[in-house]
Amino acid sequence: MLTIIALAAFAALAIIANSFFDAFTLRVFNLCAIYIVLALSLNLLNGFTGLFSLGHAGFMAVGAYVCALLTMTPELKDMNYFLTPIVPWLHNITIPFLPAILIAGLVSAFVGFLIGAPVLRLRDDYLAIATLGFGEIIRVLITNAQAITNGAQGLKGLPRYSTTFSVWITAGLVTLFMVLLMRSSYGRAMKAVRDDELAAEAMGINVFRVKVTSFTVSSFLAGVGGALLGHMITTIDPKMFTFMLTFNILLIVVLGGIGSISGSVISAIVVTILMEALRFLDEPMNLIFFKTEGLPGLRMVVFSILLMVMVIYRQRGLMGNKEFSWDMLQGLFVKKGRKGGDDV
Amino acid sequence: MTLSLLFQHIVNALSLGSLYALIAIGYTMVYGILRLINFAHGDVFMLGAYVAFYGITLVSLPWWAALLVSIVFTALFGIGLERVAYKPLRDSPRISIMISAIGASFLLESLAVLIFGGRPKGVPVPDVLSKVIHFGSVSMITISLIIPLFTFALLGVLVWIVNKTKTGMAMRAVSTDIEAARLMAVDVNKVVSFTFGIGSLLAAFGGIMWSFKYPQLNPLMGVMPGLKCFIAAVIGGIGSIGGAVMGGFLLGIIEIMIVAFLPTLSGYRDAFAFILLIVVLLVKPTGLLGKRQAEKV
Repeated sequence: MLTIIALAAFAALAIIANSFFDAFTLRVFNLCAIYIVLALSLNLLNGFTGLFSLGHAGFMAVGAYVCALLTMTPELKDMNYFLTPIVPWLHNITIPFLPAILIAGLVSAFVGFLIGAPVLRLRDDYLAIATLGFGEIIRVLITNAQAITNGAQGLKGLPRYSTTFSVWITAGLVTLFMVLLMRSSYGRAMKAVRDDELAAEAMGINVFRVKVTSFTVSSFLAGVGGALLGHMITTIDPKMFTFMLTFNILLIVVLGGIGSISGSVISAIVVTILMEALRFLDEPMNLIFFKTEGLPGLRMVVFSILLMVMVIYRQRGLMGNKEFSWDMLQGLFVKKGRKGGDDV
Repeated sequence: MTLSLLFQHIVNALSLGSLYALIAIGYTMVYGILRLINFAHGDVFMLGAYVAFYGITLVSLPWWAALLVSIVFTALFGIGLERVAYKPLRDSPRISIMISAIGASFLLESLAVLIFGGRPKGVPVPDVLSKVIHFGSVSMITISLIIPLFTFALLGVLVWIVNKTKTGMAMRAVSTDIEAARLMAVDVNKVVSFTFGIGSLLAAFGGIMWSFKYPQLNPLMGVMPGLKCFIAAVIGGIGSIGGAVMGGFLLGIIEIMIVAFLPTLSGYRDAFAFILLIVVLLVKPTGLLGKRQAEKV
């Protein structure tokens, strides 16, 4: 019941936001939704299946490019590809956003499947490095496939399809999907693999298949997230999809709690807002005692320190691997109330 | 392709390979002891180059003095880094310590942007090192010859330390079994610090030589070499110093030769290392010189 009220309140907020927020605030608001999708997709791997993957930016790039190429009109493509003409079979395709984003997700999932099948035989750190390597390889391929992706110039002027409603509905659907997935036998199999591979295998779980499934689904979600991101910023180029992007998502997942859906959602919102709110750190500042001129980089310093402090002092992140529930919130207030009582 | 050009490529490949080998050793030693990918190692490499740069330009030290100062500073920095970022996590899951390492790497990069500035800096290369020398029709810069020479000298010292000294024996003991080594009264913390010190020292030396060979500095200069050298260490068999050296040279040679002989593929240069890594991992996951480890059940 409370959940329904909360959801309704949020929907109302979204409608208000869409009509009253200025462009910048609205953009941050929508970015939150996209980061929710991305964080959940990484959490599915890192948190629920125990696979440490660092190649997320690569799958996002695949999704963003596929979706962009499918939705751009032929004229727009002609404008972009002035160095090398685009390959003919891509030139005339223009389809609506919804099928395009699904195809983008499916292509990412397929790439994820192709990569996952060999790489997932590796473990822990080897897996991390191999996925990182694939992320880089995808980026290098995109930079060099001039006739398909327009290389380093990137694509400009993508139609702005990522509206408040489309991104938040996607985020909602993905969250719902994750909750249902984790309650299903598939989700439980993933958690079993995370907790103890050998025991899971002994219980008759096909560990390798579970890993590949998780990797493929995660790539699908990453592709969808990448597509949304591309259509919100309306410009994509290979430099966007570096390890830095993966780092941001990893930051969200770790801060929210590895293995917690609600943790990822909350932390995606908090981190996205902080990332924008802390932009002032990069600007010239006037402290009481001394003046600093512009300090580009200070914002990232703050975030790296935040990540390290979190890992060192509170490994479980904001939510641990627990899920948000109203009882928990109530527990929080009751505890606080009691504390207040003691003081008196 | 003429013979002289081929020789030039070989010299270039050797000097790039030496640099890779120097950095790869740092990865392999730390991994051998702590089972940790020190993501920040590439940034330690960058730091070494910057410290030497400021030593030369700001304090106007002679280049060899700047080199020494930077090496000492960076080695101490590496030890400090381990104390702050990795030591508190030594008993936690490996994913946590890896995340901490990634955080440390980004922290160093952003601090470098903050302190050193994001704009690339030109390095004043000392005349001795930038002189062009000729052997018949082959001409090359002295630095390309000096790098492999110094590398081999340093490697000799390192091999001596690891195999002949007491500290080296302690290092080998810790890397075989950290608990058993502790029971044998080996001071594990000291050994770990020493390892980080040596690794950072070699990285700093590599960084400075790199900045003399490719005279430009930027805060992200360590990222790609760092990744590639980790790959070199994995290819050679992580945990083994000989393997790291071999992997480093292999990677350097392959990279230069592919660009030299197949120039159309040069855009994919950065991808070679990763492709090689994946092939090696799939065929022989323990690397070329790695020991096969039985899976404990």
